[in-house]
Amino acid sequence: MKKSVLEFWVGLFVLLGIFAIGFLAFRVAGGVSVGGGSGKTYTVYADFTDIGGLKTNAPVKAAGVLVGRVGSISLDPQTYQAKVSLNLNSQYQFSSDVSAQILTSGLLGEQYIGLMQGGDMENLEAGDTITLTASALVLENLIGKFMTNFTEQNANGSSTEEPVQAPSE
Amino acid sequence: MNFIQTIGYNTLQFIRALGSVCLFFIQILSKSGTALIRFKLSVRQVYFAGVLSVLIIAVSGLFVGMVLGLQGYTQLSKFKSADILGYMVAASLLRELGPVLAAILFASSAGGAMTSEIGLMKTTEQLEAMNVMAVNPVARVVVPRFWAGVFSMPLLASIFNVAGIYGAYLIGVQYLGLDSGIFWSQMQSNISFGYDVLNGLIKSTVFGLAVTLIAVHQGFHSVPTSEGILRASTRTVVSSALTVLAIDFILTALMFTE
Repeated sequence: MKKSVLEFWVGLFVLLGIFAIGFLAFRVAGGVSVGGGSGKTYTVYADFTDIGGLKTNAPVKAAGVLVGRVGSISLDPQTYQAKVSLNLNSQYQFSSDVSAQILTSGLLGEQYIGLMQGGDMENLEAGDTITLTASALVLENLIGKFMTNFTEQNANGSSTEEPVQAPSE
Repeated sequence: MNFIQTIGYNTLQFIRALGSVCLFFIQILSKSGTALIRFKLSVRQVYFAGVLSVLIIAVSGLFVGMVLGLQGYTQLSKFKSADILGYMVAASLLRELGPVLAAILFASSAGGAMTSEIGLMKTTEQLEAMNVMAVNPVARVVVPRFWAGVFSMPLLASIFNVAGIYGAYLIGVQYLGLDSGIFWSQMQSNISFGYDVLNGLIKSTVFGLAVTLIAVHQGFHSVPTSEGILRASTRTVVSSALTVLAIDFILTALMFTE
């Protein structure tokens, strides 16, 4: 085989290998944003008290239909709320009083944002903030509340039984 | 008594072989300057060891990824956790399957070829002729092949991983309908470059070193007959596969145990 041809193939192999390592570093290990879909988008923001396990690139759905993706998540230093940017497809317009809720697909599935259309005549524009938001349901908090209520109920239940038993003794 | 004798004999043979490989490794290291001085010899060997293995590695990676995607989705769906398919596939490939399977495939394709080539050189007395011409056969024949193998292995393992992840993407997202954003975001938020990718690359480099060392050692010390070459090539594949699996256990215990 000609030396130049051989060197070309080796060079191509090395480039392919470097590309593969780059792909693993940036795309698999989370260096760059992916999965944003095609087409024009506009960005709106939503503040949440608790985002739970919401991640960037998570879907934004309206009536179960994919309408955009979560762009970035950051903590607002003033309000200490999570500021989530939503990249919505330009073909979908929502009213300015649209509400956003963090939902979970399935019992243990990925979290996504569900949008519910409001009744306002004005549309949401790029850079606007969705004011009506509902935070993620954190299972630990829910179990904690349930356990507290359960314990309190038990305590109340036993205290009402005591006076009944007292005369018999 | 005969059984105990066999065990004892095999143990002694194993220790002797290990010593021989270690001494040969030291010999290769001492002559490794040749790989830099006569760089084009190494480039030529990268072609034979790396370029010619790319296709088999990429195709195998794709199919392994597809199987992981299909099996992973089927099993995870039972627990409503199909969303973590991307992470599961990437972690399996980067940490274990990529380096190990690529190394075993590399041993059976490039490793076996290396052993046969060096064995044939020995059979046709080319190595002796080099000695007569005051050319060190280890420096001229073994060193470029050794470093070409060590260099090619991490690149091949990375190609295997990328092909595997795309295989899982094709099945999980394109065929079974998992959301592509979730597939990638779960992967990105759980896979770390330093922990998963880099450790996988270190693993594959060590495997490349072990496999190539076994291949050149077997070739260089083969019995100079056609049967001897055949036996040496078989030993290369078998020993490499077992060594890779044994080293994998040790490296996994060191790298991925918290």
